[in-house]
Amino acid sequence: MTTNDLTPTPGQTIGPFFGYFNAAENVHLPFENGQHLVPASDERAIQLTGTVYDGAGDPIPDAMLEIWQADENGNIPTQDGSLIRDPFVFTGWGRATTDNVGTYRFTTVEPGPTEDGKAPFIHVVVFARGLLNKLHTRAYIPDTEGLENDPTIAALGDRAETVIAKRDGKRLILDIHIQGDNETVFFQFPGMTYPKP
Amino acid sequence: MPEQNTARLDPQATTDPQETIDAEIAQIQTDYRASVEADASKEETQPRLNYPPYRSSLLRHPTKDLHHTDPETIELHSPAFGHRDVHILESDLTIQHNGEPIGERIKVRGKVIDGNGRPVRNQLIEIWQANAAGRYIHKRDQHPAPIDPNFSGVGRAITGEDGSYEFTTIKPAPYPWKNHHNAWRPAHIHFSLFGTDFTQRMITQMYFPGDPLFSLDPIYQGITDQKARDRLVATYDHSVTSHEWNTGYTFDIVLTGSQRTWMEDEDHDH
Repeated sequence: MTTNDLTPTPGQTIGPFFGYFNAAENVHLPFENGQHLVPASDERAIQLTGTVYDGAGDPIPDAMLEIWQADENGNIPTQDGSLIRDPFVFTGWGRATTDNVGTYRFTTVEPGPTEDGKAPFIHVVVFARGLLNKLHTRAYIPDTEGLENDPTIAALGDRAETVIAKRDGKRLILDIHIQGDNETVFFQFPGMTYPKP
Repeated sequence: MPEQNTARLDPQATTDPQETIDAEIAQIQTDYRASVEADASKEETQPRLNYPPYRSSLLRHPTKDLHHTDPETIELHSPAFGHRDVHILESDLTIQHNGEPIGERIKVRGKVIDGNGRPVRNQLIEIWQANAAGRYIHKRDQHPAPIDPNFSGVGRAITGEDGSYEFTTIKPAPYPWKNHHNAWRPAHIHFSLFGTDFTQRMITQMYFPGDPLFSLDPIYQGITDQKARDRLVATYDHSVTSHEWNTGYTFDIVLTGSQRTWMEDEDHDH
């Protein structure tokens, strides 16, 4: 059977019931060690954490975030095994749900840049009940060579700070505001459409 | 939108009757049709993020313009999944427990392709759904319909070389939710998909043909264009059925186009 209609299939909200992780049944969207791309004991380990907020400034307790990133040397991971993790293999992808107070946490490594002259970042995709389609953003690593001159960061002007994580020891902190005064910059890549009436 | 319609941010808004929601949906639909008739380039193919009849979208959509940018190298790739990650039996949701789940056994089969028609091979598909009584296994689902001890409603598969997938499951039922008074979702299966580029990542819902709840549902109607909505409705396909065993549907999924420069060996079908 051939698909002749090449217009992309519409997205829909993830809804509220995407996963009640139950250790006896590791089959829901959240999965064991989904948020741990490396074990916390790994000497390279850092935490990427923050809170997801709605337009009233209230935390969103039913969001799901995924990250995708290069390793510490800027190499693109090509290994499978994200869903059943080998602690010695870095697959570059993780999934976390927000907790009761809207906080997400990933244990990962600080990525290296994948392009000369560009700043390193962790790609973040956001899903939530109430959010009718996915949203893409980036968590740029603070204090890195390249951040000052990065063309994307420069193009964002004052809003760039919404996508640059803040460092606190081994933690990188980036809150995500879906709406509001501090609204996070979300990215639209070629081929994506987000209709606005 | 009429201003006097409802106190939309008030929890009391959940007491709005279906008629209030219907009127809001109809108004948006009328405005949309007029705008497309005036200018065909206004045709919409994706859901609106700000769709007031879906009350939860009000505070959960960005109000600033999204920033157009080209993907960087990492975004032109996707995580790799394989049979290390997903066992072949995980695509059969009817054999996860000791007994047979209750309900209409169905197969859902289809292909995942990108916007250039290229099959998305060896990629992860996840589904989740309510059971035949309209109940999810979830701590927040308090709908007093029975949980089926033989049905979890969650499955995974890895697409084949031609982008194909197949799930065996139970047809889900509609279920009530609290968007407004006496709100019911059309029966649906949630799909989670990856492409070859991480920018193609998507989550959607597959519906069943002819569902009488379509016109009442502010999530389905959040896609304002009928042609676009139709892309989420599976097709009943008798060739997917099995004698005295299951009925069947097909549901093909098109991701956005890959922005990657493809090498010959990565693209041996073309």
